[in-house]
Amino acid sequence: MRLLIVEDDRDAADYIVRAFAEVGHVADRATDGEEGLALALDGQYDVLIVDRMLPKRDGLSLIGELRAKGVDTPVLILSALGQVDDRVLGLRAGGDDYLPKPYSFQELQARVEVLARRRGGRGEEMVYKVGDLELDRLSHQVTRGDAEIVLQPREFRLLEYLMKHAGQVVTRTMLLENVWDYHFDPQTNVIDVHISRLRSKIDKGFEQPLLHTIRGAGYVIRDGAR
Amino acid sequence: MTALGKLFRTTAFKLTLVYLTVFALFGASLIGYFAWNTRRLATEEATRIINAEVTFLTNVYNQFGLRRLATIVENRSRRPGSNLYLVTIPTGPALVGNVSTLGEGVLQSFGLHETIYRRLEDPDGSEHHAIVQVAELPGGFRLLVGRDLEERERLYHIIIATGRWSVALVIVLGLAGGFFVARRVLRRVDAMTETTRTIMVGNLSGRLPVNYSDDELDRLAVNLNIMLERIEMLLKGFKEVSDNIAHDLKTPLTRLRNRCEEALRTGKGEQEYRAALHATIEESDGLIRTFNALLMIARAESGEASTPMTEFDAADIARGVGELYDPLADDKGLALKVEAADPAPLKGNRELVSQALANLVDNAIKYSGPANGAHNGSEVLIKAQNEGDRIILTVADNGPGIPAADRGRVVERFVRLEQSRTEPGSGLGLSLASAVARLHGGELKFEDNHPGLKAVLALPREGPHLPLVAQPVAAQ
Repeated sequence: MRLLIVEDDRDAADYIVRAFAEVGHVADRATDGEEGLALALDGQYDVLIVDRMLPKRDGLSLIGELRAKGVDTPVLILSALGQVDDRVLGLRAGGDDYLPKPYSFQELQARVEVLARRRGGRGEEMVYKVGDLELDRLSHQVTRGDAEIVLQPREFRLLEYLMKHAGQVVTRTMLLENVWDYHFDPQTNVIDVHISRLRSKIDKGFEQPLLHTIRGAGYVIRDGAR
Repeated sequence: MTALGKLFRTTAFKLTLVYLTVFALFGASLIGYFAWNTRRLATEEATRIINAEVTFLTNVYNQFGLRRLATIVENRSRRPGSNLYLVTIPTGPALVGNVSTLGEGVLQSFGLHETIYRRLEDPDGSEHHAIVQVAELPGGFRLLVGRDLEERERLYHIIIATGRWSVALVIVLGLAGGFFVARRVLRRVDAMTETTRTIMVGNLSGRLPVNYSDDELDRLAVNLNIMLERIEMLLKGFKEVSDNIAHDLKTPLTRLRNRCEEALRTGKGEQEYRAALHATIEESDGLIRTFNALLMIARAESGEASTPMTEFDAADIARGVGELYDPLADDKGLALKVEAADPAPLKGNRELVSQALANLVDNAIKYSGPANGAHNGSEVLIKAQNEGDRIILTVADNGPGIPAADRGRVVERFVRLEQSRTEPGSGLGLSLASAVARLHGGELKFEDNHPGLKAVLALPREGPHLPLVAQPVAAQ
């Protein structure tokens, strides 16, 4: 995966570039809005990571310009302005996701991978499969092996989201945003409880667990132990 | 002099001057018109009398001849305060009459003239004004009849003098009134200015004087006082925040630092370093959460106009939050129930209201779990109701509740009652809920649930109104 990071803070940008390199992605760096725009228009990137407050041209205007020129590379906005209305503003300007600073790298990585995958990968197929677990998006039926699994509507949506991004780590915040449409941070980690319910329904009594917890990051659904 | 100058520069005084000028001009022109009209009427009256006399005398001459005319003129001339008469022969000299001198050329032209004259009885006296008519009699004789204008002039002058005095009186009284009003207003404004000055130097509890006359100055003072109230509250909040940040952020920061130091000093091997780093990350996540909550409260409390407000169904929110927390409550042995059958349309920020409600539910579950004496049948009840023009969101639990004395305090930032010090949490959940309520023009109250706590979030259906504008007393 090839990424462009537009961030004026050298240390922060270097950190992201290094961290992505460690997990096997290539990341370029631009330190101001104009440079970022030129690179984004020129190069072939899978995802752009754009800070909001940049010298020469601010992040939102950069995205607006890109979209106006017909470039639809997914953009993740990074910003210290993390309130609800700032996020709405960022998404309205043409951003695809919004991550407030300070963030954990795992959160960033998970979101970037989801954005990158969204372009070409899975998405609109009607049946998701992970190992012997099957989810039919049309009939809302979930089966594992021969057994049918009965899920509450929300549990179904939770599983659907996890399976849509099978093999990718999704964070608690991503689940809260995409399954519940809440953009705040609950005081208690309610998501964990929901996950453990779901896990007891899909993994309990089966030899091979599919739903895994990734410490410090989130959850992933995947086939095989690894 | 500066005090006087200040007085002259007041709006009240300037207004008085403008009114005074307009009023004086109006009065002066009214009296002027009256004087002029009186004079005109007097002239007309004199002319009428003269014309009648001329007609009569001409008729006498025509019918009875010069002799009879002379006799009549002679008689009439002798009456005291009489008209002026003069008959001249064709060559010029006077034949009979009571006029000794006239203005130049009066006798030479016929018709009406205003002229000066002297009476025959008083040839060296002062000159007087008169209006005269000169007519030619057949045979070249000339007849002059006139009337003294002294009366008219005196009347005219009296009126003008009266007018002058009246206007002067108006001006003097007006100026005095203006002075008085300006001084009164100035005194009140000065009192306000004085208070403002003490407030500016830091005494924020000062309030502008209000004298309950409900005039414009009073209303201004009342509104300014409300504004001051709010500013004081905000500043107090700000100070509290900084105090609390100092306390509640520095403590975990110290912990963080200590943990790193300890790992560096005593760490043996990767395993221990990793554990220390994990603990550090967890600690900083907690810090970030606290920080975010603080920012959010600050934002909600500043009542920022940019907070997007939309229409949504609060019953949906109640069900959604209930559904989010249901498994957690279940794990703690609590039954979570939602009563939100009817739609409860509300204008506000869906995200913030959800978060406020979530915090209340979070709290209810946290403090009424098994550790706090939960028993079979303990429940947390979320309700969304319509009540008049408000939407009431209630979260009720059967936990230990909050003593009545502490109920007001719990919404303050970082306040965690003694018995709850051991529970995890930033201590900001209720403050945030309360800030969200205020942002929406509503309130957060706590009531006794017999047993337990009932948190009531009351929000106006139409969203926040303009905050706190002074209402007339009657409205309350």
